[in-house]
Amino acid sequence: MMYRLSEKHEKDLRPCCDGYADALLEMMKENDKVIHIDCDLMGCIDVGKVKAVFPDRVLNAGIAEANAIGVAAGMAATGMIPFVHSFGVFASRRAFDQAYLSAGYSRWPVHVIGSDPGVTAAFNGATHMPFEDAGLYLDIPNATVIDPCDYNEAFSLSRKLLNEKYVTYMRLIRRDHIQVYEDGSEFEIGKGILLKEGTDVTIIASGILVYNALVAAEKLEAMGISASLIDMHTWKPLDEDLLLKDVAKTGAVVTAENHQVSCGLGSAVANVLIRKLPVPQEFIGNQGRFGQCGPQADLEREYHMTADDIAAAALRAIDRKG
Amino acid sequence: MEETRSRELKLLAQKIRLETLKIIASRGNGHIGGSMSIADALAVLYGEVLNVDPKDPLKKDRDWCVLSKGHAGPAMYAALGLKGYFPIEEAYTLNDYRSHFPSHTDRSLTRGVDLTTGSLGQGISEAAGAALGNKMQGIKSYVYVFVGDGEADEGQVWEAAQFAAHYKLDHLIALIDENGRQLDGSCDEVMSHGRGIAAKFDAFGWNVIEVKDGNDVDEICDALLLAKKQEGPSAVILHTVKGKGVTYVEKTGAHSSKPSKEEWAEMLKEAKEKLAAMEGSL
Ligand SMILES: Cc1ncc(C[n+]2csc(CCOP(=O)(O)OP(=O)(O)O)c2C)c(N)n1
Ligand SMILES: [Mg+2]
Repeated sequence: MMYRLSEKHEKDLRPCCDGYADALLEMMKENDKVIHIDCDLMGCIDVGKVKAVFPDRVLNAGIAEANAIGVAAGMAATGMIPFVHSFGVFASRRAFDQAYLSAGYSRWPVHVIGSDPGVTAAFNGATHMPFEDAGLYLDIPNATVIDPCDYNEAFSLSRKLLNEKYVTYMRLIRRDHIQVYEDGSEFEIGKGILLKEGTDVTIIASGILVYNALVAAEKLEAMGISASLIDMHTWKPLDEDLLLKDVAKTGAVVTAENHQVSCGLGSAVANVLIRKLPVPQEFIGNQGRFGQCGPQADLEREYHMTADDIAAAALRAIDRKG
Repeated sequence: MEETRSRELKLLAQKIRLETLKIIASRGNGHIGGSMSIADALAVLYGEVLNVDPKDPLKKDRDWCVLSKGHAGPAMYAALGLKGYFPIEEAYTLNDYRSHFPSHTDRSLTRGVDLTTGSLGQGISEAAGAALGNKMQGIKSYVYVFVGDGEADEGQVWEAAQFAAHYKLDHLIALIDENGRQLDGSCDEVMSHGRGIAAKFDAFGWNVIEVKDGNDVDEICDALLLAKKQEGPSAVILHTVKGKGVTYVEKTGAHSSKPSKEEWAEMLKEAKEKLAAMEGSL
């Protein structure tokens, strides 16, 4: 596993969804079984450029998400390797029984891509803002669930999906995002990234909150607090080894996710810790509310997902160590 | 229809177009295409057909108007604002943080919106439920629901169609916006409709009324009055143009548009000039 943290913390000029589209193009070149099925949202993740090269392998199922996942399962049964995309809300809630049974229980490798995770749905508003998409997939016993943080991570992990034997779900930020990793970085499904080693508290983040957590860790350092930071891009299977090793040192945890805390990264982490290494844990994420429209920055504040929120949660967790 | 009434409805449609543009301009980008294709039908509904009272938006015997293609919210807000549900300027906050005017119609945020939509396919089921609920309580009001032709890809649309026919919901009238385009391109390319949406509704046991020019207020009005007289649910098939009346969008039939400052100025100018010309000829 080879990754390099970007020093600059600048906006990545590439839309994040190109991480998927660029990887898809490579996978299609290397493996003629790979196909992409969209639900009338190709235009939203720029897979048009892949269709230009492979017009017969980039399909549209129309605005019919449940059918798309069912069809993908049937195609997987014949040895094809289908990727299916819609907005996260529809790729999960709208098609969940098909994802669960036709793909999951039937044990077919169907790779579902859900775009616009959480607050990144921004102006599309409440009906388009998934805060429970990944949580639903976490509940499929054999599923793999991923929440990448930038173009480079999305690119590398998209390619790794090819090795997965069962249903997978990847959240995909569409456009604006901060570049966290340098080009050429490589990631493994199920292997978290220890971005910073500390002694007082472990921050575990994914998706857009990896960057906010990096900033939070810097703020904490300025206050004399030493925080570990893990980019837990894979929620399932969870990297328990890394988690337990680091938390054994720090004795306190903050999880940070762009998702409902009731059914996401925080609860997956708590599920492990409460049994194997109970420590104080604070949860950053949506605390049980519906989505709403607005600029992403306002929504990050609204749902208490900012770097300041993460730093404050770290102080609370440390305080509770007793 | 009476000459002056027809001219008034055309004028209202143009006002809806202009206000819709202003609402979307307040955000800078949005679903101009699918809003414009239903501007004329909204004018007929809010100007002539609907029994509604902006002072009492929830009155029991009102007619309902549901935007199953919820992304055309701005056109609905224009119609509601002009009808007097709220000062229209309030809607110039489209999708702002804490705005009451999201792109997709939301009953818990906006006065006059009957049902929440945005996930395509859901509104027509909700509308069928409202029609049945009213019927069971002896309320005679009608439920009108706009459905997109891309939206009609969803299986749920046909589950609702089957339900409505089974329960003989004669107070349910669906307006099908056949503008021929969905998000990724033409419906024929993305997902074709077999023998056609009209034939499907017919096969599901609905009355089907075709409106050749779905952007013509007179034709729409006649079709809706006819639909009200039928037994069982009716589908009024509006053959429309995506972006109708806004040259910049009509040219491409784009689903979502992000015009430049100059393009916005041009679009607003065009809409205002058309309105002035109509007002002049009244
Ligand atoms: C269930 C669902 N899937 C996808 C979308 C995203 N989406 C919004 S509008 C649209 C295209 C709609 O086409 P159509 O119904 O023809 O609308 P119109 O042409 O009238 O604008 C899509 C795919 C959605 N809102 N809901
Ligand atoms: Mg359409």
